[in-house]
Amino acid sequence: MKRIIQSLLGLGVLVGGAFLVYAWHPEIAKIEPPKPESFAAELVEKGRVLAGAGNCASCHTLKGGPDYAGGRGMHTPFGTLYVTNITPDVETGIGGWSEQAFARALRLGLARDGAHLFPGLPYTSYKNITDADVTALYAYFMTRKPVKMEEPKSTIPFPLNVRLFQAGWKLLFFAPTPMQSDPGKSAEWNRGAYLAEGLGHCTACHTPRNILGAEKTGAAHFSGALVDNWYAPSLKGKGDAALPWSANELYAYLRDGGSPLHGVAGGSMGHVIEGLNRLPDQDIRAMAVYFADLSGNPVDPSAQEVATLMARNGMLPASATAEEKRGEVIFKNSCAGCHYNPPGLPNVLRPELSLNSAVTGPDPTNLLRLTLEGVSIADGLKDAYMHGYAIGLSDANVAAVARYLRRTYGPANEEAHSAWNTLDKSVGALRAVGREHK
Amino acid sequence: MSTAFKINGQQVSVNDAGDTPLLWVIRDTLGITGTKFGCGIGMCGACTVHVNGRAVRSCLTAVQDVAGAAITTIEGLNPRGEHPLQSAWIRHQVPQCGYCQSGQIMQAAALLKDIPKPTDADINEVMSGNLCRCMAYVRIKAAILDAAAVMRGKKP
Repeated sequence: MKRIIQSLLGLGVLVGGAFLVYAWHPEIAKIEPPKPESFAAELVEKGRVLAGAGNCASCHTLKGGPDYAGGRGMHTPFGTLYVTNITPDVETGIGGWSEQAFARALRLGLARDGAHLFPGLPYTSYKNITDADVTALYAYFMTRKPVKMEEPKSTIPFPLNVRLFQAGWKLLFFAPTPMQSDPGKSAEWNRGAYLAEGLGHCTACHTPRNILGAEKTGAAHFSGALVDNWYAPSLKGKGDAALPWSANELYAYLRDGGSPLHGVAGGSMGHVIEGLNRLPDQDIRAMAVYFADLSGNPVDPSAQEVATLMARNGMLPASATAEEKRGEVIFKNSCAGCHYNPPGLPNVLRPELSLNSAVTGPDPTNLLRLTLEGVSIADGLKDAYMHGYAIGLSDANVAAVARYLRRTYGPANEEAHSAWNTLDKSVGALRAVGREHK
Repeated sequence: MSTAFKINGQQVSVNDAGDTPLLWVIRDTLGITGTKFGCGIGMCGACTVHVNGRAVRSCLTAVQDVAGAAITTIEGLNPRGEHPLQSAWIRHQVPQCGYCQSGQIMQAAALLKDIPKPTDADINEVMSGNLCRCMAYVRIKAAILDAAAVMRGKKP
C-alpha cells in the first residue's frame, strides 16, 4: 500500500515537473526601443498593409482612443479581457520588446517576460505568419507613436486567470506547427488560405468555440458563431444567407464592404473591411478564391433565382400575426425608403433584406443591433451610412420589425432557431450593449 | 468636440456635442432652416437630408457620425432651386402648407437617383416614410413621375 502511494506521489511529482518544464518559458531581455529611422520605409509600409490584413486596430484601439494603445474590453464567456497596448511605449507597451519577443508573442502566445497570453490574441492563427511578415509588422508597430496607457485588469476569475494554466490549454488545443501550403491548389488559393487562416484570423469569429474557448475543428470550421455580441455568419455553402457566396460576391464584399446579393458589412466585420482596404486587389481576390472553394465554388445565381427570392418582396403570409403586421407597417414607414428594391438585381446601396443573413441566419443579433446602431460611414460600403433607430423605435417596435422580416424572408421552419422567439428580451439587452459601444 | 463636414458644398466645423442630432446643427448652429423638424424619431421624413448623396433622417443622425461626409439640404439640391423635382413641384402646385415638402423632395431626389424610371409601386414603397398631413400625396406622386420623365429627356 505504502509503495503504491509512494509511486503515485512520485508520478504526480514527475507529471507536475514535466508540466512546469513545458509551461515555463524564459523572459526575453528588454531592449532599448529601436529608433524609428532604423527601419526601412518600405518595410514599415509593408507592415502597415499587413496590420490592415490582421485588423490589429479593431481590438487594439479603443473607440476614440489613441492608435494601438489598447484598453478595449473583449467580452468572453469567462470574463472581460482588456486588450494590451502595442505602441512602442517602454513601460506600458512593447517598446522594450525585441523582434524575437514580438514574434514569440504572435506565434506562441507568450509575453516578453515568458507569461502565457490568453488566446484572445489569436496566436492559434498567427502561428502561420511568415518570418518576413513578422519582420514587417514589427517595423510598423515600433514606428508608431508611443502612448503611455495601461489597460484595465481583466475580470477573468481565479483560477482561469492563472497564466501558467494557459499552458494546459495550449497542451490541449494548440500545436505550434504552421500550416503548410497545398501543392494541389493554385498559388492564388494558397495566398488566400495564408491570409485567411493566418494574419486575417477569420476563424477567430467565424468558427464556433468549445466550452474551454478553443475553436472547434472539422465540420465546425467557419460554420458561424456568436462572438462579443455580433453573429459571425457561417462561410460554408450558402452559409446563413439566401444565396451562395460565389467568388465574385466574396470579392465584392471583401473589397467594397458590400455586395448586391448579400448586403453590407456592419459591426466588427465593418472594421475588418476597413483594414482590408489597405490590401491590393489580388490579395482580396485570393481570399475570395479560398472562401469560395470552401463552399465548393458556387456559381453566381441566375437572375431568375434572384427574382424568385425577391418576389416575396414584403409579402407576409395570410397567417401572419398582428405583431408581424404591425412590424410591416413600421418597416414600410422607417426602413423601405432605403431598403426597398424594384424587381431586378438589387442595388448594393439599398441592401436587400430578403437576401441578407441578418434576416435569414439562425441568430437575430446582427439584425437587432444594426437596427438600433446603424452602420457608420467608416464601416462597410465606402461613404454609405445608416443611422440607428435607438432613439426612434421602442424595444417592442424593433422586435416587431424583426418579426415581420423574419416571417417574410426567414426559413419556414422556425423551431430550430429559438433565438428568434425571444426577440423582446434580446432587444433590451442589445440596446445596452450598443450604448456601451458608443 | 469639433466635427468637420461639408454642407451644400461648403466646408464647416461645428462644436456641438457629438451626439447632437444633425438636424439641430443644420438649423440652429448653421442657421440653414429649409430642413424641418417633424417628429424627432425618424417617423415622418420632414428632416430628410442627403449624407454622401443618400437620403437620411437628420433627426436620428448624430453629428459625430457625419464627420468628413458631404451633407446636402434642400438649399443645396440645386444652386438656383431648379432641380427637375423642384420645377415639377411648382408646375404641379404640390404643396399646401409646405412643411413636409423639403423632406419629400430630398427623399424623391434620392429615389430618382436609384430608380430613374419609377413605377407607382416604387414611389409608394420609397416615399411611404414621408408623411404629409395635407394629404398632397397625389400631387407628390404626379410631380415625381413628371420630374423623372424630364430627367430622362422629356420636355417639361
